[in-house]
Amino acid sequence: MQPDTADEARTRATLPPTTAASPDLEPSAVQSAYAISTRGLVKSYPGPDGATTHAVHGLDLDVHRGETFAFLGPNGAGKSTTISLLCALARPTAGQATVAGVDVIRQPDEVRRRVGMLFQQSALDSDLTAEQNLHIHARLYGLSRRHARLRATETLEKVGLADRRRSRVRTLSGGMRRRLELARGLLHAPRVLFLDEPTTGLDPHARAQIWEYLRALRDQHGNTLFVTTHYLEEAENCDRLGIIDHGRLVAEGTPLALKAAIGDDRVALRTGDDAAARHVVAGLAPEGRAITLDADGVSLRIPDGSTWIPRLCAALADQGIAVHAASATPPTLDDVFFHHTGRSINAPPSHGTPTAMVPAATPAAIEEAP
Amino acid sequence: MTAPAPPASDASSPPDRPAVRDGTGPERVPRLWHELRAVHALVHRDLLRLAAQPVHTGLMLVQPMLYLFILGGGLAALIPNSSLGGGYQTYLFPGVLMMTVQTPAIMVGIRLITDRQSGYVRELLMAPVRRPILLLGTCAGGTLVATVQGAVLLALVGAIGLPYDPLLLLTLLVGMMLTSFTLTALALTLAVTLDRPEVFNMLLGLVMMPLLLLSGGFFPVGNLPGWAHTLAAANPLAYGVDVLRRCIAARVPDRAAPTTVEWSGWQPPVLLEGTLLLTVGILALLWAAHRFGRPE
Repeated sequence: MQPDTADEARTRATLPPTTAASPDLEPSAVQSAYAISTRGLVKSYPGPDGATTHAVHGLDLDVHRGETFAFLGPNGAGKSTTISLLCALARPTAGQATVAGVDVIRQPDEVRRRVGMLFQQSALDSDLTAEQNLHIHARLYGLSRRHARLRATETLEKVGLADRRRSRVRTLSGGMRRRLELARGLLHAPRVLFLDEPTTGLDPHARAQIWEYLRALRDQHGNTLFVTTHYLEEAENCDRLGIIDHGRLVAEGTPLALKAAIGDDRVALRTGDDAAARHVVAGLAPEGRAITLDADGVSLRIPDGSTWIPRLCAALADQGIAVHAASATPPTLDDVFFHHTGRSINAPPSHGTPTAMVPAATPAAIEEAP
Repeated sequence: MTAPAPPASDASSPPDRPAVRDGTGPERVPRLWHELRAVHALVHRDLLRLAAQPVHTGLMLVQPMLYLFILGGGLAALIPNSSLGGGYQTYLFPGVLMMTVQTPAIMVGIRLITDRQSGYVRELLMAPVRRPILLLGTCAGGTLVATVQGAVLLALVGAIGLPYDPLLLLTLLVGMMLTSFTLTALALTLAVTLDRPEVFNMLLGLVMMPLLLLSGGFFPVGNLPGWAHTLAAANPLAYGVDVLRRCIAARVPDRAAPTTVEWSGWQPPVLLEGTLLLTVGILALLWAAHRFGRPE
């Protein structure tokens, strides 16, 4: 027994080129059409009074290779925890997950080698230059000195910071830092890139720039992008999106499909007498439609909303109620979000994040204590 | 700093590790080599920071010089040379060297905490490297920076009447490296257990002064009552000062000064003191690395 294992070890040791070269095709990654695939993923923490808190509670998620996937959810729904699990920073309590063809539990190092990460609150060494930051990070990923220098130059160019390479990070604007962090995430050419709120706290121009680079990444290199965001117009531009609430996936699909699934348009009327108008609308609308009355007037959700406007207006005119304005809007992603989570994505409970995020973009928060 | 050649095979890596290498580049190198690069990256970062903050570095060197020339120069007039072997400044020198390496070593601990708060540590953890290796790299960086700063002070040996003897300078340098390593490891041990820099600072403020005073760097502890001897024997700084002091005594015997550590009347030899210092450093580092390496 003993000599056998020794022999085997020797064979393995003496033949590194063949063992290393043949699996370059990476059968596991080729077989799977998914860049990310999880089944029953659970992450729980011991709660305050002996109870268990499930940050992620049985997550089943599939993200296709090369797609841009938006991951939405109210605050505390488990978004950041999910990302930590997927990039093997945290160990799942139960379930399984494969990222870039590698099992996150069995080969966490290999997963981290293949994925890039842009944290919500990212950090750079503000005393060093842009180039130095990248160089050190590339070396951390095991790149040779020459290769590290090459990649630093390449990625700086990719994010349009080639002319600021020798600038100290503390002198860069918030948008530039974010781009530098993006460059840092790309140094080791990951196939899957996780972006946790990549544009929060940036001005519209900087946000647009970040998305320009992200789109170029997807189109030119076929990277899979996994993005969380609070901006619904950003989610709108993603290939697919998933909504997580209470640690579970509650909706998943293309933005169009998700909106179509809700189906109903929102019809809103502003009249001379909203309270009376509500009665009239209630009489006309099909049974069981909730009609809301607020400061903005009367509104209800109904399929083919625009076809209802003439009928409603006619009925209101018969009752002598003046109609000031009428509109029918197809469902938005916010409606989708509301439908599945019972909250608006920008509602006060989730409002904490944007305000909490703003300081992260200011130099004072990133700079270290002396 | 060049890392040693990589081992010929990757047989040491766990068997479940696939032979699949990343498609990120043309290179295909063993894991250990990758990890040495990561260690080098962290040391490199510390050196770059040192170079990026010349004023900060300079200021850190001012304090020990103030002690050496103002306190040392002032007290030298009061203290007869005979009572301390050489002049008081010579006596004070090991203590000053200790202070010099102690500041940057402690900074490593503070920075680990602030890096954790700023999220930089999380960026480090994303690297495909075993976590303890990252702490090892941090410790190596801190040790090197502290030694470099101490080496600057070595240029002053002439000013306090010691010869520029290459062997003396070399042994002092080795002694400082050893001390820097142990202090950095201890600072990291503290840093991985605390999560707020204020607590770290408070604790240091509380502990550092007595440790320094009882290190025998400023005055011989021998004149203090027995409990002070016991404390000194448990004080890593005292061992560091002793090692440095004996480096001087070995090359300049007429400047030999009394050492601090005594185990019930017996003076441990310098090699034993050095070994103890190293052992404490290694144990502290291992514990810190273990604690840092715990998965979330």
